[in-house]
Amino acid sequence: MSGRTKTEKVRAKSSNNDGKSIISVCLGTGGIAAGGDKVFAVFEREIKKKKLDAAIGKRVCKTAKTGCRGLCAKDVLVDISIPETKTQTYERVTVDMVPQIVEDHLINSKPVEKWLAKHDYHNFHAHQERLVLGNCGVINPEEIDEYLIKGGYKALEKTLAGMSPQDVIAEISKSGLRGRGGGGFETGWKWESCAKFDDDEKYVVCNGDEGDPGAFMDRSIMEGDPHALLEGMVIGGYAIGATSGYIYVRAEYPLAIERLHIAIKQAKEKRYLGKNILGSKYNLDIIIKEGAGAFVCGESTALQFSIEGKRGMPRTRPPQSVEAGLWNKPTCLNNVETFANVPIIINRGAAWFSRIGTEKSKGTKIFALTGNVKNTGLIEVPMGITVRKIVFDIGGGIPKKKKFKAVQIGGPSGGCLPEAYLDSPIDFESLKEAGAMMGSGSLVVVDETTCMVDMARFFLEFCTSESCGKCPPCRVGTFLMLDILNRITQGEGKEEDIDVLEEMSEEVRVMSLCGLGQSAPNPVKSTLRYFRDEYLTHIRDKECPTSSCVALHKYTVDPGKCTKCTLCIRNCPVDAISGSREEVAFIDKEKCIECNLCYDKCNFMAIK
Amino acid sequence: MGKKKKQAVKEETLDLSKAEEILDKYEGIDGCLIPVLQQIQNAYGYLQEPIVNIVSERLNISASEIIGVATFYAQFHLKPRGKHIIKVCCGTACHVKNSKNLSARIEKRFKIKKDETTEDKMFTFEEVPCVGACGIAPVVVFDKDVHGTLSPDKLDGVLDGYTK
Repeated sequence: MSGRTKTEKVRAKSSNNDGKSIISVCLGTGGIAAGGDKVFAVFEREIKKKKLDAAIGKRVCKTAKTGCRGLCAKDVLVDISIPETKTQTYERVTVDMVPQIVEDHLINSKPVEKWLAKHDYHNFHAHQERLVLGNCGVINPEEIDEYLIKGGYKALEKTLAGMSPQDVIAEISKSGLRGRGGGGFETGWKWESCAKFDDDEKYVVCNGDEGDPGAFMDRSIMEGDPHALLEGMVIGGYAIGATSGYIYVRAEYPLAIERLHIAIKQAKEKRYLGKNILGSKYNLDIIIKEGAGAFVCGESTALQFSIEGKRGMPRTRPPQSVEAGLWNKPTCLNNVETFANVPIIINRGAAWFSRIGTEKSKGTKIFALTGNVKNTGLIEVPMGITVRKIVFDIGGGIPKKKKFKAVQIGGPSGGCLPEAYLDSPIDFESLKEAGAMMGSGSLVVVDETTCMVDMARFFLEFCTSESCGKCPPCRVGTFLMLDILNRITQGEGKEEDIDVLEEMSEEVRVMSLCGLGQSAPNPVKSTLRYFRDEYLTHIRDKECPTSSCVALHKYTVDPGKCTKCTLCIRNCPVDAISGSREEVAFIDKEKCIECNLCYDKCNFMAIK
Repeated sequence: MGKKKKQAVKEETLDLSKAEEILDKYEGIDGCLIPVLQQIQNAYGYLQEPIVNIVSERLNISASEIIGVATFYAQFHLKPRGKHIIKVCCGTACHVKNSKNLSARIEKRFKIKKDETTEDKMFTFEEVPCVGACGIAPVVVFDKDVHGTLSPDKLDGVLDGYTK
């Protein structure tokens, strides 16, 4: 039987899984951390015990592992799909719950209501548009057949059967797809720029380094739907005339690396990779290169040096990588999410894709929604959605009745958006105007208990330690700025520090060699723009308004804020705090050992 | 003379066959230095001088360039570490959820500061940049196991599971 006929047979399999009941367990990194692999194992054991792998009527049950479902806050998430009934999702599943779920739901067709996913889960998904993440959490990422059943590799078939490389580039350009890694360059334009260079060796490279703190979009795609990435890369490789491909994955993602290896092997077996792909003249092999722990290797020239086995130190441009990149050959580098969008555009057409999003920011964007928000996890939304909708409708708002303060978008290269910007649309241009940036998609929500000066200091510390050291504006500039911020958070700030920070921010931005240094001052600039008063309180009053900066702790209770909850009194290890439900707390400084436990326990920032 | 003899003895007791095997596998492959060093570190626990010298000879790359690469990347270690590595994630989401309290608890429990190893060589404590599990912040990684939504007390519970 020919390979293509076999594929058609696989795709023709009924979408309700051949009449089988399927128990899908989230086994992304988050799911496994919550005990997903143990839950999976207990389901398998119970099914064997109850002989459910033999038919019940005509029903056979099997377990399936899936990638990230998205709502990490409710892991372990389990879907039970019984043919001709509605798929039910269970949240926070533990191993003790499994026997009852099997007994009641699978055998007696009565879902266990109290354990089903609540409205938070449904709200979380209701406002999303999961295109790129469509297969994540649904298919087993280690089975290529499941990708095929969902229409996988149809885009590649269409491309090689009847499109020239120029046709592909035209379609991607028409779609308006922009890079999802942070740069936001038009993908079609980048591919066009690389395609025009002729060479015996050309490279298509995927940036899976995802070093931005707070970002795990690419990890989820690589773990949950690796074939989408491969398919996008082969189409991209074909468009630019690549002779080899590389996926650079950071070392901290062992599960992604494992699943990509499996996917590459399976894709090769079915001729979606390797020599004469799908019987065409196009050949492409993809090799995985592991990073070794350097944030700067997310920068495209540094990444290429790292693949070559060198220190990942960025270089000046020109020449651009599209002309002379990896081993001095034309190289086209794109982000994981960018490649994963490609099959969708080829399948459904550029015109359809460009109807989603805004005028200059087309399509959807995946965000990692984390921090002080109820529903932490991975979301995919159309460009142009407001911050408010993400934080409050999808995210469920701020937990513990705290007030929203800001959202940090774009990680250490980005900036914060305060309450006044809650109704801003999220797209490339609007974010830039507001002093933030799209970045790779990390979206960290902070509440009233977060010190914004400390946030700026935190990001700068990160950039300083990750700086490659090549150019003084970054190596020395970020270090000096960090020194100022350290002094400010330790009560040694001076009046002129703010002016110096602003001046240095501009200098470091303009003079740094690469994106790391150029964007390192962004969190400082943005917090100075929106939270200048916090800086002034630190400098003039030697006080931290959120009581976060330990060096500024005065171990004094603010009677105006104390609610007499007695939490600090009950937890003090040396009984240094007096007070009661009728009397505000008071700290005896003679007894106090400055362990800071009272600060951690107080929910009202009442201790200064 | 004594020092050279000591070094020679050290090399004799070091099993170089693992390194040779790894180098055989990557013979002739461009840009293989980092994967070679990664596999060598997996096999030997850290990058030690005699092994670096063998890599240098086989790959025809100067030892100083190899050390330059090894010291650039956080993954490589030139000193032995503990049997178990405890990593506290210091990414943004974890930071905002008080990962510093988790570090403080580890310092208190094992009496070591970050990048230090316990005297019995069982545990090394590291603070690492974002591991990408932000949905379940704050996160601690014990060897290859990822543990999320931790508080200092929950962390103690997790560590008890490994130390008992």
